Amino acid sequence: MIKVQNLYKKFGDNLVLNDISATIRQGEVVSIIGPSGSGKSTFLRCLNLLEIPTSGTILINDADLTARGANINKSRQQIGMVFQHFHLFPHLTVLENLTYAPVKVKGLKPAEANDKALLLLKRVGLSDKAAAYPSSLSGGQKQRVAIARALAMEPDLLLFDEPTSALDPEMVKEVLDVMKDLAKSGMTMVVVTHEMGFAREVADRVIFLDHGSLVEEGTPADFFANPKTERARGFLEKVL
Amino acid sequence: MNLDFSQIVPYIPFMLKGIWTTLQFVFVAIILGSILGTVLALFKIGSVKSLRWFADGYTSIFRGTPLILQLMIIYYSIPQLTGYDINPFMSAVLAFGLNSSAYISEIIRAGIQAVDKGQMEAAQALGISYSDMMKDIILPQALKNILPALMNEFITLTKESAIVSTIGYLDLMRRAQVVGSDLFRNFEPLLFVGFIYWCMVMGLTVIGRMFERRLKLSD
Repeated sequence: MIKVQNLYKKFGDNLVLNDISATIRQGEVVSIIGPSGSGKSTFLRCLNLLEIPTSGTILINDADLTARGANINKSRQQIGMVFQHFHLFPHLTVLENLTYAPVKVKGLKPAEANDKALLLLKRVGLSDKAAAYPSSLSGGQKQRVAIARALAMEPDLLLFDEPTSALDPEMVKEVLDVMKDLAKSGMTMVVVTHEMGFAREVADRVIFLDHGSLVEEGTPADFFANPKTERARGFLEKVL
Repeated sequence: MNLDFSQIVPYIPFMLKGIWTTLQFVFVAIILGSILGTVLALFKIGSVKSLRWFADGYTSIFRGTPLILQLMIIYYSIPQLTGYDINPFMSAVLAFGLNSSAYISEIIRAGIQAVDKGQMEAAQALGISYSDMMKDIILPQALKNILPALMNEFITLTKESAIVSTIGYLDLMRRAQVVGSDLFRNFEPLLFVGFIYWCMVMGLTVIGRMFERRLKLSD
């Protein structure tokens, strides 16, 4: 479903992603882990072109995102994204946050979008917050709304950029629970995370980045039990 | 002090008519300035270099020269250069609208840039087009932050509108002068229209507060 080939990203003279190739299959949950500054967020943001790769190709469902003249907005409709800091639209209610893009971008009828949004809110356990503004929600609630907002576009793929890093510890679980539920439902997910527990339990595959290079990848069982590289071993010693 | 307000009483209807003439062109100038200012602000933050240069050059000219000079040039030069006999109302609207758009564009630019960059990224990630994103996501949030600065600009414009008295437009200020020279008493009519200007600005202030309260609903 996603095929990344020889991806490079430079910020000025600083090489952030160094020749990364990876494949993510339909229905797979992939965790990207690595020390801070390893380029994992940049890699994720390249997948929906929030960062423009310096070179390399990204194929999503065989459509080349990086091709000249590619319709980025069209591709982005198939790729949901959940951010570390939620980025809900503060001037819109929770319900409007969920319905805005489906109505404006996909051309859904407002009534239809509303019904769908309410179902999604129920799914993330926030039915009672439809009329609330984001500022009145807790961090965990905001992130669950953000996940619902991404789902409202019915994407083929969801990207998560450290979705629990900005949350108070007691709110991490409610967000991870929603994500686990999604993973079980067969959603294709790419998750940049510091939650090793999540990576171990939920992910089908772990990708370890360090200094912009893909150092190691494998099943969580393999990777956490016997990392093959020195760098992965050093990293795991620090975080586990 | 021998102020005698009883003398201006017959002239009060004449002067009060100035409220309407003043408000008329101030209102049109504010609308013109706001629309043009928004467009210029979008040019300034956009990626098209030539438009950015144009907007910066425009701002530099209209902020860099006196308003009264711009008014004079528009009123006196347009008939000479083009043969079109521009009336005082049009000249006033043009001068004030063009001038304030330069200031408003800077206010709006600052407001847009103060909106969290994540908002733009979230909108992009949802596949929302640039124009929808600006119209529905970014500008409403920017507007909330810049409302006090915008109200300031509108208040300034309302008061500075008195400058149009120099091209013979019968606004509040000009009417006070007319009455003054008719009566050979200047203080009373000046004080009278001064009070009216103050009332108009207070009215604007109240409207601004109301807007601010409405925008704060989501806090």
